[in-house]
Amino acid sequence: MKGIGVSPGIAIGRAFVIKKAEAIVSGILLTGEDDVSRETARFDQAVNKAVDEIETIKLNTRLSLKEDDLAILDTQIELLTDPQLKDDVIEKIASERKNPKDALIEVIESFVQLFEGMDDEYMRARAADIKDIGDRILKHLGSAGNSSTQNFGPDTIIIAQDISPSETITMDISHVIGFATQAGSKTSHTAIIAKAKGIPAVVGCGGELSIIENNDLIILNGLSGSVYINPEPNIIADYTRKRDAHQQLKERLKALKDQPAITTDGKKVTLSANIAGADDMADVFEFGGEGVGLFRTELLFMNRDSFPTEGEQFEFYKSVVLRSKGNPVIVRTIDIGGDKHLPYFNLPAELNPFLGYRAIRICLDRKELFITQLKAILRASVFGDLKIMFPMISNAQEIRSAKQVLAEARAELVNEGIAFNADVKVGIMIEIPSAAITADILAKEVDFFSIGTNDLCQYTLAVDRMNEKVSHLYDPFNPGVLRLISNVIEQGHKHGIHVGMCGEMASDQLATLLLLGMGLDDFSMSVAAIPAIKNIIINNSITKAKEIYKKVMQMDNSEEIVAYLQEFIS
Amino acid sequence: MITNDFIILASQGIHARPATTLIRLVKNFKSAVSLKRGDKTVRLNSMLNILSLTIKGGETVTVLVEGEDEIEAAQAIGLFFTEQLKDL
Repeated sequence: MKGIGVSPGIAIGRAFVIKKAEAIVSGILLTGEDDVSRETARFDQAVNKAVDEIETIKLNTRLSLKEDDLAILDTQIELLTDPQLKDDVIEKIASERKNPKDALIEVIESFVQLFEGMDDEYMRARAADIKDIGDRILKHLGSAGNSSTQNFGPDTIIIAQDISPSETITMDISHVIGFATQAGSKTSHTAIIAKAKGIPAVVGCGGELSIIENNDLIILNGLSGSVYINPEPNIIADYTRKRDAHQQLKERLKALKDQPAITTDGKKVTLSANIAGADDMADVFEFGGEGVGLFRTELLFMNRDSFPTEGEQFEFYKSVVLRSKGNPVIVRTIDIGGDKHLPYFNLPAELNPFLGYRAIRICLDRKELFITQLKAILRASVFGDLKIMFPMISNAQEIRSAKQVLAEARAELVNEGIAFNADVKVGIMIEIPSAAITADILAKEVDFFSIGTNDLCQYTLAVDRMNEKVSHLYDPFNPGVLRLISNVIEQGHKHGIHVGMCGEMASDQLATLLLLGMGLDDFSMSVAAIPAIKNIIINNSITKAKEIYKKVMQMDNSEEIVAYLQEFIS
Repeated sequence: MITNDFIILASQGIHARPATTLIRLVKNFKSAVSLKRGDKTVRLNSMLNILSLTIKGGETVTVLVEGEDEIEAAQAIGLFFTEQLKDL
């Protein structure tokens, strides 16, 4: 059986089926004005009791509610006391002479239908909240559409039509290892709560789920959405293995996710992510990243027939920034040429494409392309902490020219009356040796540096790493490369600017302590590498890292350096 | 009456949590506050009505404030949309 996997993980356990009785309209009408005023008052009382009940849950310290749970309860209180809901119910009592239960059931049903019919998945899922508060008021009107809360045995997998918001909060889930529901979506309460608590869950399984009985052996895969009922022993064995492996990995990540990257002696560094689009953003926080150190914009330009318009680019950048939760996002302006080509942008074949017409060189030459991208980025800057980064800078004049185009982009937006953040920070990638050597000069022009070690290394060592004959010479631990990196960090700090790294070296565990010792502020890498790097940082001191750095700088060859650095990795 | 336009700076738009905060903020004032998106306007005291507008991130809404403390109310609501909303 298959549903929607909403909270990853594998659960193997026994089913506990929650059945709910639906409240039905009785059709009994009120007889006189006295009835109307009495029943209206009774409705108000039921609402008040329902609110009191939630206030009590909020105060119940045994549940040790998290902020998210409290927010759900506050929302429920607002729904319970919603003036529109009250008006609609009282209208039905007063003019249609409906009894309060019937009036409420009908009003709730019409709101549920309204929300279920919306084209927004999140809003559709809110129908469950409305149903939930309706049930709560009904209970106090003396009609039970309620379910009993139970004590579950160990390794319980809850099977239900749907799980209401208040159930997800009040349920004692200490023994619950999984959820499977007939209804629901990725934004339903079951999904949200299961994810927050790290319990595997599959929702939207449909009616097939109703064949499950108490104590059936259930396996569910919260990633793929698969649900097995009383499976064969080989499937159980297979999933037991998968579950244990997943558990180990999760423990490791979970332990580090919310922990800041601070050394044992208190030096804080930033671990951020290299991303290519909004889809990557969920993982950034899942893996404990603190923002985006490199947002590659090429993805938007590929797999299409023409350059994206300013509007299309704006939407693309905005979608990333909106998911950044206020953390910094460094957008790199387009880096095409070299080995990256666009079908609709004809670049003549070159003998040395990596030394040729690429990145900022194209942008400064084809200003109309550049200005379109800069305007789109500036427009997206009002939605969060966006920074702009120019790639392939080799001298100060290029920075000034690029900033000149940026000033033109700003002026155009001002003329068009479009909002942008006037304070957007501007930085450059340091990936050409001349830039690394003249970091002291370039630092005066920008707000931050980010070292791109892949290109810096191949340019410094004159090694094409795609060429198998020489790729063994490609070596980021070459003392020449290390001296350049160290110079960039030192000069950057001397001029009071922030220095990060977004090349592969930032995720190389062998290099972490060395870079930490050099004083690198921001390590940006693919999300999956973040926990391992964080693990190194939090278990070492800046004092030790500085010593390692000092020793390494005295060594004259990379074999010795690598062998030495290996001693510190277990 | 004070009328202000705001861009929604939260990716998820006005979902239940910010709507709760907003309703509670508005309750502190005597002014009548309404929220307008497109051609639909609702009073800013009903969660059901606010949610039914399905306001998404990046969209523009208009807030209308009218009453004896409309200046203070408009200020507080402005702060909500420009500063607090993105953290909710």
